[in-house]
Amino acid sequence: MEHYLSLATKAIFVENMALAFFLGMCSFLAVSKKVEQAIGLGLAVVFVLAITCPLNQFLFGVLLEEGAIVDGVSLEFLKFLTFIGTIAAAVQIVEMTLDRFMPELYNALGIFLPLIAVNCAILGASLFMQERAYSLGEATVFGVGSGIGWLLAIAALAAIREKMRYSNVPGPLRGLGITFITVGLMSIGFMAFSGIQL
Amino acid sequence: MAETSPREAMIDPLFNNNPIALQVLGICSALAVTTKMETAVVMSLAVIAVCTFSNVAISAMRNHIPGSIRIIVQLTVIASLVIITDQILKAFVYDIAQQLSVFVGLIITNCIVMGRAEAFAMQNTVRLSAIDGFANGVGYSIVLIAVAFFRELFGTGKLFGFTILHPVNEGGWYVTNGLMVLAPAAFFLIGCFIWAVRSWKPEQIEEEFHVGALLELSNEGNLR
Repeated sequence: MEHYLSLATKAIFVENMALAFFLGMCSFLAVSKKVEQAIGLGLAVVFVLAITCPLNQFLFGVLLEEGAIVDGVSLEFLKFLTFIGTIAAAVQIVEMTLDRFMPELYNALGIFLPLIAVNCAILGASLFMQERAYSLGEATVFGVGSGIGWLLAIAALAAIREKMRYSNVPGPLRGLGITFITVGLMSIGFMAFSGIQL
Repeated sequence: MAETSPREAMIDPLFNNNPIALQVLGICSALAVTTKMETAVVMSLAVIAVCTFSNVAISAMRNHIPGSIRIIVQLTVIASLVIITDQILKAFVYDIAQQLSVFVGLIITNCIVMGRAEAFAMQNTVRLSAIDGFANGVGYSIVLIAVAFFRELFGTGKLFGFTILHPVNEGGWYVTNGLMVLAPAAFFLIGCFIWAVRSWKPEQIEEEFHVGALLELSNEGNLR
């Protein structure tokens, strides 16, 4: 239990997907203009990560690992194709399920779901999970934890950007430039968590 | 887009429409590899190669891809190219491939590659698409290598592993800037890069912000 707690804390704060590994930056910068939208996208990311991370771990173990299908044959090089396929399919299924059974949630997340298929944080989490050889339980905790970390980061950035619209930023720095510098400062803030262990 | 000349396709993505500085694409997989010149250069080459070949392949197939499944087709093409790149890197520059770890795989979700396939290769001829893919890869590499240059030089006093500024802890005079090797420095440098590019080309400035916000405030009656 403690091990899982430590893993989750690490995934949320210390090794924050967005601020320490720069993953999911495209949507991180593009969808962080309004807090509501940012939280919507963040929730969708948590959701998809929680599904794809364990699923990919399972598939990797069953299909791709050395000796999984034929002894002595490693299909590890197919991991990129497998992972991205799983993610695209999972996103599609999540989208259809939500549409059918939870229309309110679908309406809230709807436009963000297709974006998520190409969000590097999702693929990144699967690749990290595989590289660090997590077990199924660890992969689930890691997936959810990374998602929550990403959600925290994007919600915080969106809140800052909403306030920043009222400040007088030098012309060429306006928009993207100042956002990068803000993210840099946030990243320094998150570094305060480094070294924490539970 | 139809009448883009090869020259425009080559020059445009470098400064006028730089994928990182203006289109905010492809930052995801790249910043973590910029602590050293070596990894940044290898990563740049990988992205240029994948971007060029994916544009060529998708452009060649553009009349045969059904619109409804084009994203999946594009992803498959890109993923296959990335697998090849990854295998080549592992075979010839194993040490660097280890340092790049998951970030080679993340070229798949690099928005530049996807974005150019979707926005350019689907509508243009093979030759133009090849140029466009190459140029966008180079535009991305410029930023990547510029960031890596500053981070490695000021962070460790070295370039490509050769000592340029002799650091204090090895008996020299240069006090290394620890911030540069950490994540935040990359954000600051990209921010400054964007600042520089937009000061040079003022038409890229995003105007809506300050003025629009003030208008909004005055409409709400908060500004008197």
